[in-house]
Amino acid sequence: MILDIIISGLISGSVYALLAIGFSLIYGAARIVNLAHTAFYMVASYCIYYATHKMGVHPVLAMLAAIILVTLIGLVCYQLFINPIREHEAAVLIATIAMAMAMQEVMLLIFTGDFLSVPALVKGYLKIFGVKIAYQQLLTIGAALLILAGVWAVLMKTRLGLAVRATAQDREVANLMGMNESRVAMITMGISVGLAAFAGAVVVPLTIVNPHMWMHPLIIMLAVVVLGGLGSLKGSFAGAYILGFTESLVVFLLPMGAFLKGSVALSVMILVLLIRPEGLFGVAFEEER
Amino acid sequence: MKIPKFVLSILLVACLVMAIGLPAYAAKVIKIGVIGPMKFVQGKGHWNGATMAAEEINAKGGLWVGKKKMKVELVKADSNEFLSMTDATNAMELLLTRHKVDFIVGGFRTEAVLAMQDIAMDHKKIFIGVGAASDEICTRVAKDYDTYKYWFRGSPFNSTYLGKTSFIHLGTVAAILKMSLNIPKIKVAVVAEKAMWTEGMIKACKVYLPKMGMEVVGIWRPSAVATDVTAELAAIQRSGAHIVFTIFSSSVGITFARQAGELKIPAAMVGINVEAQKDGFYEATEKMGNYVMTLNTYARGVEVNELTPRFVNTYIKRFGETPTYTADTYTAIIYSLAPVIEEAGTLDADKIVALMENREYAVPSGKHKYMKDAQGRHLHDLTWGPGYLTSLGVQWQDGKLVGVWPNRWKAAKGVPEITYKGIVPYKIAPWIIEKYKK
Repeated sequence: MILDIIISGLISGSVYALLAIGFSLIYGAARIVNLAHTAFYMVASYCIYYATHKMGVHPVLAMLAAIILVTLIGLVCYQLFINPIREHEAAVLIATIAMAMAMQEVMLLIFTGDFLSVPALVKGYLKIFGVKIAYQQLLTIGAALLILAGVWAVLMKTRLGLAVRATAQDREVANLMGMNESRVAMITMGISVGLAAFAGAVVVPLTIVNPHMWMHPLIIMLAVVVLGGLGSLKGSFAGAYILGFTESLVVFLLPMGAFLKGSVALSVMILVLLIRPEGLFGVAFEEER
Repeated sequence: MKIPKFVLSILLVACLVMAIGLPAYAAKVIKIGVIGPMKFVQGKGHWNGATMAAEEINAKGGLWVGKKKMKVELVKADSNEFLSMTDATNAMELLLTRHKVDFIVGGFRTEAVLAMQDIAMDHKKIFIGVGAASDEICTRVAKDYDTYKYWFRGSPFNSTYLGKTSFIHLGTVAAILKMSLNIPKIKVAVVAEKAMWTEGMIKACKVYLPKMGMEVVGIWRPSAVATDVTAELAAIQRSGAHIVFTIFSSSVGITFARQAGELKIPAAMVGINVEAQKDGFYEATEKMGNYVMTLNTYARGVEVNELTPRFVNTYIKRFGETPTYTADTYTAIIYSLAPVIEEAGTLDADKIVALMENREYAVPSGKHKYMKDAQGRHLHDLTWGPGYLTSLGVQWQDGKLVGVWPNRWKAAKGVPEITYKGIVPYKIAPWIIEKYKK
């Protein structure tokens, strides 16, 4: 059973990590709490569904096209709805949730509320010590690790990464040093939405496409980033796996309470926050940034 | 400018004539409100079934109401009940106050139907429920007849009977597995979504399955909208279950079937899986939903009686898909309401109720007869059993949804076996045979 728990936890954790990293990135760099993050993931899923089922496009091409298209939509949304009110955090919260609701309604109008699906990139399963794991799930774990490595490389090894980190530390000083803080924020938004779309592309073959598919991941993703420490990529990664393993433990040890897996995971988050209010890898006070 | 008295008088008379005449003009049609979650497949079924019924009636010139022939006009109301209870009650209020409908058909979620029922009853309008299965909706009629007598169940039969039928399906599949694979004792994993309507069935599983000679190896309760059940599936496989008894009405039915098919979990799936009743299920599971069995109302090629093929085939021709039970708005209008309106010769709800509750009539899914409770009080609930409504057991075989039950079913000792026309044998998934065949 331990092996089952480890493998199930790894799968769930990887999916949560994929979503949380993008969210953390834009919060860390631009202090934007983008509640529409998982709505972009939903739109990407629909794009892939439409391209594969209605246009007959190969799934890989459909995924690439969806990532590009959703990233562009994200940038347009940023310019139109977020950038003008960026300084007002509460307004950004409301604007992004409104954006998410609007995207949901548009998808509902176009595709109705039917439950849809997208084919797996790799079909079949692998047996590891008697535990069956679908290849698609292994692909998701691999993609999550790859993306994290990619994001880390961009942040640590490029000039853009340096600018993002500098802006994240102190926007005013970064501006004084000649960095175009607004442009950095827009680029970071693009990367963040691109990551959401990528998460959608990798996760969509494992899930059911419907207009409300963004809501549950949003809650878990928020829990992950709060648990890990707002804006911390390292924290998001750790938080995602902690919640993933917690959920897996609940299903295996409390089958009758399997539906409580989300609640138990959120309780773990609260417990950690009681002991360490800033989250696992967060900064205790704003002044420390 | 001064308006002459003569002109004023004419205007006044014209207004009076219009005031009297407009309701009379409006009364030339019978207004039926069709309420349901219209952006979802359940609501589409409601609307499609009602549309077919209205077209059929109007093609014949309408219904005789006394000496007048009146056409049927449908009014669509989106209850949006999956997302908002307020939307559902508002939609019902609109139907009754703005559109002033004469009858209402539809509704899906029990929680929403209970609220909408109260509104319809306040307006003393007949509401035929097509979707919600909870017993509670009908026990209200027995408890407070004067208030709730305008409510009638149209489809499906109540959740107690849904549970009973599912247990019969489970027993049938268990017997097939035992005989074909020489399994001495069948182990059952119960997987029920977290929802109010499943609670009673879970309790019944704990009580009845051991009595049926089966062992319950565990009960799993995923969320109704879970998008990943691999952990549950791993645990079920670890438990050694031969059968997974599913109790699903939401999207988790697709997730579960798809992931179980992908991982070739060696356990037969049987029970209720509302998503598996729909034509789109096979595609939604990316062709992984084969061998899933579920309770259902209609299946292509299966005849419960002589009315079934006409309805099913016309529906398929008109809408390109097999009707699900929410399309029984057709039955509610054509078989439940229309004959009674003509017999009563009026749209008066009280007179129609008195006729409706005592009728017995054939419908495409069997025969309707409204039950009374143990104390002889009207329930306006549907009678279950051979000769009345039994539903079907359907299974996905090679990408097609086929009827597999009742197949030589004996409801009791000494009664004749029942097999509906078009029923085919149940098939065991090859990976289950591979695992257990000695």
